[in-house]
Amino acid sequence: MNAVVHAKAESRHLLSGNEAVARAAWEAGVRVAAAYPGTPATEILEYIALYPDIYSEWSVNEKVAVEVAIGASLAGSRALAAMKHVGMNVASDAFMTQSLAGVVGGLVIVVADDVGLSSSQNEQDSRYWGRFGHLPILEPADSQEAYDLVKQAFSLSEAYETPVIVRMTTRVCHVKAMVTFTGERIDRPTAGFQKNPQRWVMTPANAKPRLPLMHERDRTLRAASEISDLNEIFMGSDRRIGFVTSGPAFMHVREAFPNAPTFKLGFSHPAPLERIRAFAGEVDTLVIVEETEPLLELELRATGLALHGKDVLPRFGELVPSVLRPAIKPLLGEPYSVPDRHPADVFPRPPTMCASCPHLGPYFALSHIRNLNIIGDIGCYTLGAGHPWNALDTCISMGASLSMAHGMDKGRGESDEKKHMVAVIGDSTFLHMGMQGLLNMIYNQGNVTVLLLDNRSVGMTGGQENPGTGENLHGLPAPRVDFAKLAEALGVRPERIRMVDPYELPTMVKLVREETKMEEPSVIITNRPCSLTDRFEWFKSYEVLEDQCTGCGNCIDLGCPAIAVSRRETVTAKSGKVKELVFARIDANACTGCHMCVETCAPEAIIQPRSMTRTIRIHPHG
Amino acid sequence: MADSATNILVVGIGGQGVMTAAEMLARTALNQGYDVKKTEVAGMAQRGGVVSSHVRFGAKVYSPQIDPGEADLLIGFEAAEALRWLPHLRPTGIIMVNTLRLAPPVVSAGLYDYPADPIAELAASGIEIHAFDAGAIADELGNAKLVNTIMLGAISDYLPFSAEVLKECIVEGFRAYKPKLAEINIQAFDAGRAAGHAS
Repeated sequence: MNAVVHAKAESRHLLSGNEAVARAAWEAGVRVAAAYPGTPATEILEYIALYPDIYSEWSVNEKVAVEVAIGASLAGSRALAAMKHVGMNVASDAFMTQSLAGVVGGLVIVVADDVGLSSSQNEQDSRYWGRFGHLPILEPADSQEAYDLVKQAFSLSEAYETPVIVRMTTRVCHVKAMVTFTGERIDRPTAGFQKNPQRWVMTPANAKPRLPLMHERDRTLRAASEISDLNEIFMGSDRRIGFVTSGPAFMHVREAFPNAPTFKLGFSHPAPLERIRAFAGEVDTLVIVEETEPLLELELRATGLALHGKDVLPRFGELVPSVLRPAIKPLLGEPYSVPDRHPADVFPRPPTMCASCPHLGPYFALSHIRNLNIIGDIGCYTLGAGHPWNALDTCISMGASLSMAHGMDKGRGESDEKKHMVAVIGDSTFLHMGMQGLLNMIYNQGNVTVLLLDNRSVGMTGGQENPGTGENLHGLPAPRVDFAKLAEALGVRPERIRMVDPYELPTMVKLVREETKMEEPSVIITNRPCSLTDRFEWFKSYEVLEDQCTGCGNCIDLGCPAIAVSRRETVTAKSGKVKELVFARIDANACTGCHMCVETCAPEAIIQPRSMTRTIRIHPHG
Repeated sequence: MADSATNILVVGIGGQGVMTAAEMLARTALNQGYDVKKTEVAGMAQRGGVVSSHVRFGAKVYSPQIDPGEADLLIGFEAAEALRWLPHLRPTGIIMVNTLRLAPPVVSAGLYDYPADPIAELAASGIEIHAFDAGAIADELGNAKLVNTIMLGAISDYLPFSAEVLKECIVEGFRAYKPKLAEINIQAFDAGRAAGHAS
């Protein structure tokens, strides 16, 4: 059990922003918390799950998570939903209208933006949702603030009867810093749901009178922001430039320009425009530092303030000191040359699939079959676009593979005439938003071969549970969805639903060949667990008999990181044809004994040694 | 280093224990009364990618990131990774590097070359360097997982606090959760400490 869970007030801890959010939710008396995993927000719910007096769940997607939280709020309970930035797109349908209806129990949506795209498909700025949905936004700059602001967010939510967005970024979620706890849990009485159709049934007639109330709330929130101590000015000795900033960018500004007056917005929307105007009067030049979009900058420009922002600062990426200095120094009339440091010339180390990853089999098959358009999805299997498979043609958003493949089928052009459409999707992504695409394709009589890679986990985020794993967030048994029955219920003919062991390469290749030739939709479901989870079983590792290896390189094509090239040889055949031979070796510490590579080896040079003596094995991802 | 923060960059590959090592350094600094920040980019590192963990501590730390040219210590769990991060080091810094060479599949496939002698390239920078084979020490001790503690031992005499407090922080964790491993980790730490001087 995590020590922080039982820690007393006044104690000091080294916590990530995500851990700090969990502790704050517990102290705030949150009764319901829901999320769908997504980097960098995943750990928020994992930490909340450690607190026994909060009901917490993995919801099947972010919209569902927010709706669960809304329901709990309407019942009078404090509730929290957490997600990564792109999850907000999915959830927005729910909160855009709940903004009109308002809340009863405090409702906080914690969203984590991936500024700098360390693990995401885009870099959208979630602060837009505050403007779009008329919702207040709080922005912590580090773990202590994440802790403080989440607690404040619940008070604010109840005082103004509005959902509140807490906007984190990777550099808050995943940074560990000191946090001093100021309290312990306060349980709050919950009144239960009070029926009130005019308030909670958002028909046009009921929604219309809520509009002026929402705009009035905007006004009162702005007044609150003007006097909020979450918006704090640090006056410095060097008033040539004053900064207005929020979130981790504040830390970078302080690091780079410690003596400059800095206005930190913890309550960043609605912004305290009057106070900023007064602050501007105290400094020679005003600079707005925002990750990522110039939202505040545009608002301030509209008030007629002279300022700098994205005219000198980058439009994307993290605004770290090494980025701020060269952008700002010229405004001070201090020429600044970036230190001449040549980046070391070192090969890239792109993420790879793991040894014995159950996705290796399907990608081995896909990379050996021609005439396929392979429409991908969000998950580890996106790595199939890379070396050596080069067997993924698109990746956009969660669940998009089936619907896009269907659209590509219907919209096929000349060059696609002989192409088969394949959608590749994982178990969790299928349940998140993919199955609607399958239903749609069946209903509209499309023809796509779906590869449903069921590895019984949300792999990319660290092996979390989902309705396909048979376990819930707490690792307790939960009903497990039957993917074959589900596909059948959505309308796929039972003959076209094929279960396959992805380690059986010949079967895997044969099935994909067969099903892609069918004139109707089919679903191929793989059934091996993610090799990084407890559900995976390790066997004895294999080795390559050097004298038996013919250098054909077939096993290398599998893309297993436990298999490496031991040497290359160029030979000239009798016909005069020059051929490169690639000899393989297996890293015994990484090999799990899954036997997939054995099936690629014609001379049977890959064997499991009878006895082995070696040091204790390092789990390659331990 | 009294007023400014101490900046330690720990680098390697997903699964090597880089983040755990950084955590130990951060916890020890916290125990010593410093303000501490620790950050890493490891979004997809579990799949064999580059992991870098930044540890900063001092009287007050704002930004969690170490800028290029600002690291006081570079702890490399793998030779080419240390080379990759060399531009982050101050000229007055110190490199502590494991001589292990781990080639990724793109190198194995012949798309890129592994540097012929990354340790020599590091040394050519003129920056103080200590290089040794931490894996060999771990193998002698009979547990490959000890590399992490060995590297921390190696760096322990180059920190603003004593080697003993770092060692105690590591051992305390093992005593609490894996008591059987406490003794072997003390040995690993001491062996690393000796190697950090000898190399």
